[in-house]
Amino acid sequence: MPGGKRPKSGGIKLSGKLLRRNSERWGPENYDHLLEVKDIHLSFKGVKAIDDVSFHVDDGELFAIIGPNGAGKTSLFNSINQVYHPQEGDILWKGESLMGLKPNVTAERGLARTFQNIALYPHMTVLENILTGRHVRMDSGWLAGSIWWGKAKREEMANREVVEGIIDFLEIEQWRKYPVGLLPYGVQKRVELGRALAMDPELLMLDEPVAGMNLEETEDMARFILDVQDELDIAIILVEHDMGLVMDIADRVLVVDFGKPIAVGPPAEVQANPNVIKAYLGEEVEAG
Amino acid sequence: MRGRPMLYTRYESDQALLNTGTKKVMMGLFIVLLVLIPFGVVPGLTFLSQPDWMRLLSTVCIFAVGALGLNILTGLAGQVSLGHAFFMGLGAYTAAWFGVEPGPLSGLGLPMWVWLPLAGLVPAIVGVLIGPVAVRVRGLYLAFVTLGLVFIGEYIFRNWVYATGGPDSGRTFPSLEWKIWKEETPLVDFQSDGVWFGVEIIEEAKTYFLMLLLLVIFVLLAKNIQRTRVGRAFQSIRDRDIAAEIMGVNEVQYKLVAFGLSSFYAGIAGALLATFIGRTIPERWNLFLSVQFIAIILIGGAGVVSGVILGSVFVTVLPRLVQDFSSWLADYVSEGEGAFVWLADLFISTGSGDFGLVNTLPGVGPGLSVFQFNQVLYGLLIILFLIFEPLGLYGIWLRIRNYWKGWPFTY
Repeated sequence: MPGGKRPKSGGIKLSGKLLRRNSERWGPENYDHLLEVKDIHLSFKGVKAIDDVSFHVDDGELFAIIGPNGAGKTSLFNSINQVYHPQEGDILWKGESLMGLKPNVTAERGLARTFQNIALYPHMTVLENILTGRHVRMDSGWLAGSIWWGKAKREEMANREVVEGIIDFLEIEQWRKYPVGLLPYGVQKRVELGRALAMDPELLMLDEPVAGMNLEETEDMARFILDVQDELDIAIILVEHDMGLVMDIADRVLVVDFGKPIAVGPPAEVQANPNVIKAYLGEEVEAG
Repeated sequence: MRGRPMLYTRYESDQALLNTGTKKVMMGLFIVLLVLIPFGVVPGLTFLSQPDWMRLLSTVCIFAVGALGLNILTGLAGQVSLGHAFFMGLGAYTAAWFGVEPGPLSGLGLPMWVWLPLAGLVPAIVGVLIGPVAVRVRGLYLAFVTLGLVFIGEYIFRNWVYATGGPDSGRTFPSLEWKIWKEETPLVDFQSDGVWFGVEIIEEAKTYFLMLLLLVIFVLLAKNIQRTRVGRAFQSIRDRDIAAEIMGVNEVQYKLVAFGLSSFYAGIAGALLATFIGRTIPERWNLFLSVQFIAIILIGGAGVVSGVILGSVFVTVLPRLVQDFSSWLADYVSEGEGAFVWLADLFISTGSGDFGLVNTLPGVGPGLSVFQFNQVLYGLLIILFLIFEPLGLYGIWLRIRNYWKGWPFTY
């Protein structure tokens, strides 16, 4: 609902102060864009997955990436996380290149994400799953942990409190001690959002957060996403096929097709773009 | 947590190892039971205070320590390793090197508080050094790399006679005694009968108490590792390695830590096993020992400390039960009376002309020896548990517990 007033959320507010406890922000204070992707090319042997894509995301922005299946949206996420290494181009995070880093370093620098096909740890409980998100914000090692004393124990307790805040916010209290593998799909999606939030990220990459959900679950998730953006001031990149959701909540939209960017701009503008219509609906055939 | 409605008021009490009153009481009673067993005062369990059963219980504790180590690597971090026996051997010979009195073989004659930690540290360092090769492969390939380790280890142990005594006679290991330094009479001697706090106590019971104490310490360390940051990192690598990396877990680093910790436990267990047995040959640290540990964690329940202990009890006591059962059957058959003699006769082979699955007189007639039959049983049990109860004995326990939790309702 760009420009208009957003519906008030009825849920519990997650305070940024709680989430940011013990966290140090990585990188310089001043930069042009939070994330800047510059002309990246990614190909697997002969297949071009990403072909000359550029975009940028600013602080607190909700940026959506849409495109037909196989357009390279998830590959873009994997490139930003450095799971894939684009052959050309550059990815700047607060003005510094991410290229060549290991995925876990991108996490330390403040990038968090969820996955299209849920990638939670099925044998661990909801609590433990979200606590793994705190991994980058904790620093006790195995020796301190093994004796459960002093600093390591205090750190566990402090982070448990943060995780409880996230659990309250996502309304998954009753599942706290269940192994994640046993939970319904919609709840798992929430837990995954919770795990990403626990990392106290500056950029949250959501890969199809409402895929396969019914209307009610979709609305819940939309509310969580908007709350995250508003209350916690976290920038979001959203990959999603649910056009209603994207057009309602995104600030700007990038459309990709066959790895190529075909349009970028505010939702209304993108919707009217003839290239976008062509990519989604195909060309009109002149009736002969 | 006090009074009704029994709510937790602090995260600390919710995260505690024994986080309910029932658990605290049960664990307390269990510990008391374990302490009373050697004195033969527990009704129904007096037979456990016999020297041979005491030795068996000590072996259970030692195997449990080793299995806790493999559990960190395989159960938590998800890395299958067949190399456990190698690290145990390494720990044993490290203990011998530092603990045995100087003689024709290696030995520095240092006390237990020096050789026992070193028996863990040396394998841990070797584990971390070998690690970089091992962390590059996963699954079946890792199993093969570590399989190679066992054979290389066995070769080295056989040929480095100065450290290991060679394959013919083996070597002796330090005795289990607590000394301050190299004085003549130890403060506590765990390998001779004596009097503790005015109670007469046999040698085997002393050793049992030592092993039990060490097991409790290593259980606590393992539990704490599992429930803190590093343990969660291990489990995240096990469940989804790529996601774990994206969530900030340095996969290579944590696999190395898992290798190191696992080898530390293995080394301690190896040293304890060797000193407990007294004299052993290099072939003891062979593939079969590794497989026994795999059997322990698969039968007990991978990734769960209590499952690992259940598995250790099961795998260690099983041969003894098979032994007793076979000799009982042999007696039953030779008496020749009773309705099921024909069935027992099919199972047991008692002489050269008699066919049967298990042979009570090794070397005479057909049939497997009790030892071979045990190996078959381990294999069979691993397969059955993997197919029908992947959570192992712990899974069975969970099901029984959940049934009674809801009883008489079905849920």
